[in-house]
Amino acid sequence: MADTQIRASADALLRAPTSPRGPRDPAAIIRWTLLAMGAIVMVMPIVYMLSASLKYPYEMYNLNIIPKEPTAENYTYVLSDGRFYRWFLNSFIIATCTTVSAVFFDALVGYALCKFRFRGRYIVFIAILSTLMIPTEMLVIPWYLMSRTLGWLDTYWGIMFPGMMTAFGTFLMKQFFETVPDDFLEAARIDGLNEFQIWWSVALPMVTPALSALAIFIFLGNWTAFIWPLIVTNSQSLYTLPVGLTTFSVEQTVDWELIMTGAALATIPTLIVFLIFQRYIIRGIAMAGLKG
Amino acid sequence: MATVSLRNLVKAYGKTEVLHAISLDVADGEFVVFVGPSGCGKSTTLRMIAGLEEVSAGEIWIGDRAVNHLEPKDRNIAMVFQNYAIYPHMTVRKNIGFGLRTSKLSKPDRNRRIDEVAAILSMTDYLERKPAQLSGGQRQRVAIGRAMVRDPAVFLFDEPLSNLDAQLRTQMRLEIKKLHQRVGTTVIFVTHDQVEAMTMADRIVIMKDGSIQQVGTPAEVFHQPANIFVAQFIGAPSMNMLPARYAGGQISVAGQSIKATLPLPDGSDLTVGIRPDDLLVSAEPALFAGIVSVLEPLGSETLAHIDIGGRDLIATADGRSPPAVGARVHLAADTANLHFFAPTGEAVR
Repeated sequence: MADTQIRASADALLRAPTSPRGPRDPAAIIRWTLLAMGAIVMVMPIVYMLSASLKYPYEMYNLNIIPKEPTAENYTYVLSDGRFYRWFLNSFIIATCTTVSAVFFDALVGYALCKFRFRGRYIVFIAILSTLMIPTEMLVIPWYLMSRTLGWLDTYWGIMFPGMMTAFGTFLMKQFFETVPDDFLEAARIDGLNEFQIWWSVALPMVTPALSALAIFIFLGNWTAFIWPLIVTNSQSLYTLPVGLTTFSVEQTVDWELIMTGAALATIPTLIVFLIFQRYIIRGIAMAGLKG
Repeated sequence: MATVSLRNLVKAYGKTEVLHAISLDVADGEFVVFVGPSGCGKSTTLRMIAGLEEVSAGEIWIGDRAVNHLEPKDRNIAMVFQNYAIYPHMTVRKNIGFGLRTSKLSKPDRNRRIDEVAAILSMTDYLERKPAQLSGGQRQRVAIGRAMVRDPAVFLFDEPLSNLDAQLRTQMRLEIKKLHQRVGTTVIFVTHDQVEAMTMADRIVIMKDGSIQQVGTPAEVFHQPANIFVAQFIGAPSMNMLPARYAGGQISVAGQSIKATLPLPDGSDLTVGIRPDDLLVSAEPALFAGIVSVLEPLGSETLAHIDIGGRDLIATADGRSPPAVGARVHLAADTANLHFFAPTGEAVR
């Protein structure tokens, strides 16, 4: 008897409409269709990348998603190439150093712009923001000339310096520091902390979601950076992963299966970072939007 | 403990002066409450004493030192803020001990001091909790603990009870008062709530528009208000005010004559003030008569709004047998309890 009742309830639940206005609500259908289309557009390149990494070269230009003869040979080849590990390490070092530096300085500058009153504060903020409107491609030439003059070409520092502080990060952190009441800082001031200690011990811990989100943005951005590392480096030993993968493409042939394999492997750290910290990314974007 | 002395203290933002030559002496161990409406300058004065606002002119002395140019940390003061300002990422222990970070105490001494303060505030069982796990009253205690732990010369409280509900506010009011009696440190307390001021202060400083209106004990400011503003600001409900005229040793007010000798020229206009507590609804013919328009029962007594020929007066009626709305009643007052104010607003005695 009880079993029948449970089954009836389950059937009723299964029959329950999926949206408040019923399953055939035209607005819901349009919404879900658009969402599905968007998801397909976003996911397809990744699916194709994974598919291509499992294909033999002869099958490369067939658009089938499931390889006729799946193979792990590409992974074996790429992972047995010592250069891959070097590039992976380079990318990791550069992305990590840049992230630490950018988070530190963006938070420091954002705090100063938010919490200190000084002449020209607004102009400095606008000047920093205005750099967001200049595309990277336009900055590459001055960066290159600067690197050449200062002897930074083909060095880690040369790859990293443009990203050591970011306008976006400064803006994001400034917006977040607006949410920290001044009373906290004044209480710390009365308790005898200097301004740097107040920033470090009181203000920063109160904006950890923003710091996490910013760290992820910057890490991902530097992990996938291509144009500037390509221009500033000559030695293969200094290549980052995206730049190194291009060596699989030579004058006459392009080893797409190896490029796709390298790209698939390169995605793993970013996926891990994203899966762990995704709630911070979403909260960071949402809060920055609200405050902006 | 220390005295605090404000000497012709001025605060200006650009050309706008918001505090006008404030002078005040706070005795060692005294509990002084600054009270006034929003924007009167009470919090600005407190922040200047704390060193969080620059002084435009004048001097602040704490003990035997002029502190105008000292950093907040060097003034030997502690401040409790309206929103508690306890750090959400730290435990109660760390919050209370935060002010000792820069002290030269050893870690065991520091912990002993934190434990002492927590015991005084009945927070010993909560030392390892984070602020989010505490109630509003407990958070306020942590904020007070953080101020106490440094054993400052002066405690500054900036509307610390405003965020609490009515019941908790009453409880915390009592606790702060007990704490002051126990530690005896000089306290300067800012509030906009005159009940808080009356119940806690040794002396009350009433401010308006950046100036001190009166400084006195709660009894003085209540019974001998310096001007109409103080008379109406202190006491709830507010003092009744009636226009009057003084001539030939008589005050004519609302059609009645009252005998009085005032230092005013004959024919002067003045204002007569009567506290609702001093104006009693009476069945017998008395000073005034009028119609009951509204009743506000408070339990032990009832506040009756009485229309006396177009003017609304608040009087006190018995809580058990209040008059009916629309009834004609008499209002009795002891003429000794009347307050007189000159046209300038200053009290006349």
